[in-house]
Amino acid sequence: MIPNSATAAATIRRGQVITAVGLVGLVIVIVLAQMFTPVEARQGLAQKIFYVHAPSAWAGLMAFSMVGITGGLYLWLRDPRLDLFAEASAEVGLAFGTIVLTTGPIWGKPIWGTWWTWDARLTLTLFLFFLFVGYMALRGAINDPSERARFSAVVGILGLLLVPFVHLSVYMFRTLHPMPVLLKPSAPSMDPRMLRTLLISIGVFTVLYIGLVTTRYGLGLMQEAKGVADGD
Amino acid sequence: MTETIRLAIELAAKDLRVELRSRTALLSAVIFAAIVLVIFNFARDPASVSPRTLAPSVLWVTFTFAAMLTFNRGFMLEKENAAIDGLLLSPMPRAALFLGKYLANLGFVFTVEAVTLPLFVLFFNVGLGGALPALLLVTVLATAGFVAVGTVFSAMAVRTRFADLMLPVLLLPFMVPPIMGAVQVTTRLLAGRPLSEQLGWIRFLGVFDLAFLTLCAMLFPAIFDE
Repeated sequence: MIPNSATAAATIRRGQVITAVGLVGLVIVIVLAQMFTPVEARQGLAQKIFYVHAPSAWAGLMAFSMVGITGGLYLWLRDPRLDLFAEASAEVGLAFGTIVLTTGPIWGKPIWGTWWTWDARLTLTLFLFFLFVGYMALRGAINDPSERARFSAVVGILGLLLVPFVHLSVYMFRTLHPMPVLLKPSAPSMDPRMLRTLLISIGVFTVLYIGLVTTRYGLGLMQEAKGVADGD
Repeated sequence: MTETIRLAIELAAKDLRVELRSRTALLSAVIFAAIVLVIFNFARDPASVSPRTLAPSVLWVTFTFAAMLTFNRGFMLEKENAAIDGLLLSPMPRAALFLGKYLANLGFVFTVEAVTLPLFVLFFNVGLGGALPALLLVTVLATAGFVAVGTVFSAMAVRTRFADLMLPVLLLPFMVPPIMGAVQVTTRLLAGRPLSEQLGWIRFLGVFDLAFLTLCAMLFPAIFDE
């Protein structure tokens, strides 16, 4: 398939619109979190960062999973668009990963008394971050598009398999991280207003992910189109 | 199946023969491991940290770094004079190519480890006592998994720019879970605890090996089809 610049431009525009919606949603989340959500009894105001931190982690994890999944699909279907999508998702995932790794320590310092600790989820996030920095570096070091697509698909799939192993191994050390409050067998142990803000925020970050990935994917299409037009 | 294994062994034997005749890679890796051990000895405050406290970590960091040095050699060798094209054109299945390179890499890493271990005992004054068989088992289990990933990544890395930098950046995250388990078990073994206390980690290493060896064998053909 040869992408043309008109479809690419349309994709970019669509992505920008979705991103704009996501950004408006983000403003709503911040207002909700500050003014319409109760202050957590023991952690105080520091807990507010949770409404950005946890949804970013969610979006980052989704982004990285999509890299592995589209990598697998690429090796099966060999559609270059899947590879473009994987690249877009990896880049956006790195952005969300950066948010998680910055907001985490900011919260950890007042609550845990330390910026960093080798807890299971922190370590996992850090490793995913490293893995995808490596993924981007690999992409940058290969010129042939088909080779680049195949190699990065292999790394993406192996990365997906690595996740449970890193998680389990760090868990076998010990963990300090707050236990899950949402996805657990019993009912969510959270004030309903907090839960509402969190769920809205997760929704907003999902929209942001879709918007950013679509934009980045459109840019990739545009690059391909221009490359084809320039004859390289 | 038996044919694949026979071809794989043949390929591995070829690689090892080439290496035995030149000895450059193996010798450098062994010397490298020895130097790392020496550096570690001086990279601690002898008054506050005893060598034994540091020993398991030193052993495994040395093993991994030395192992990583040997991986690129396997495909670099085939890249020169485009020997890889001959291998790919031959009727040998890709699975045999992977298995052969994997076995050769395993042979290299085991050799380096076999030389490093006595040096480690010598430099760090650790008494292995009856822990040697258990320690060997852990070493084999921890090594088998990351060598599979290393084989796949080195096949890709030699075809990129900055091959020597690309491999560690991609591979190190994959080395962490096995190393974590290996260091835990080694620490307990050197403290004289029985292996039976560490079955959780042993099982973990076994599952890691199985999972990554299978997936690597499945993904490997994708690197070469064009």
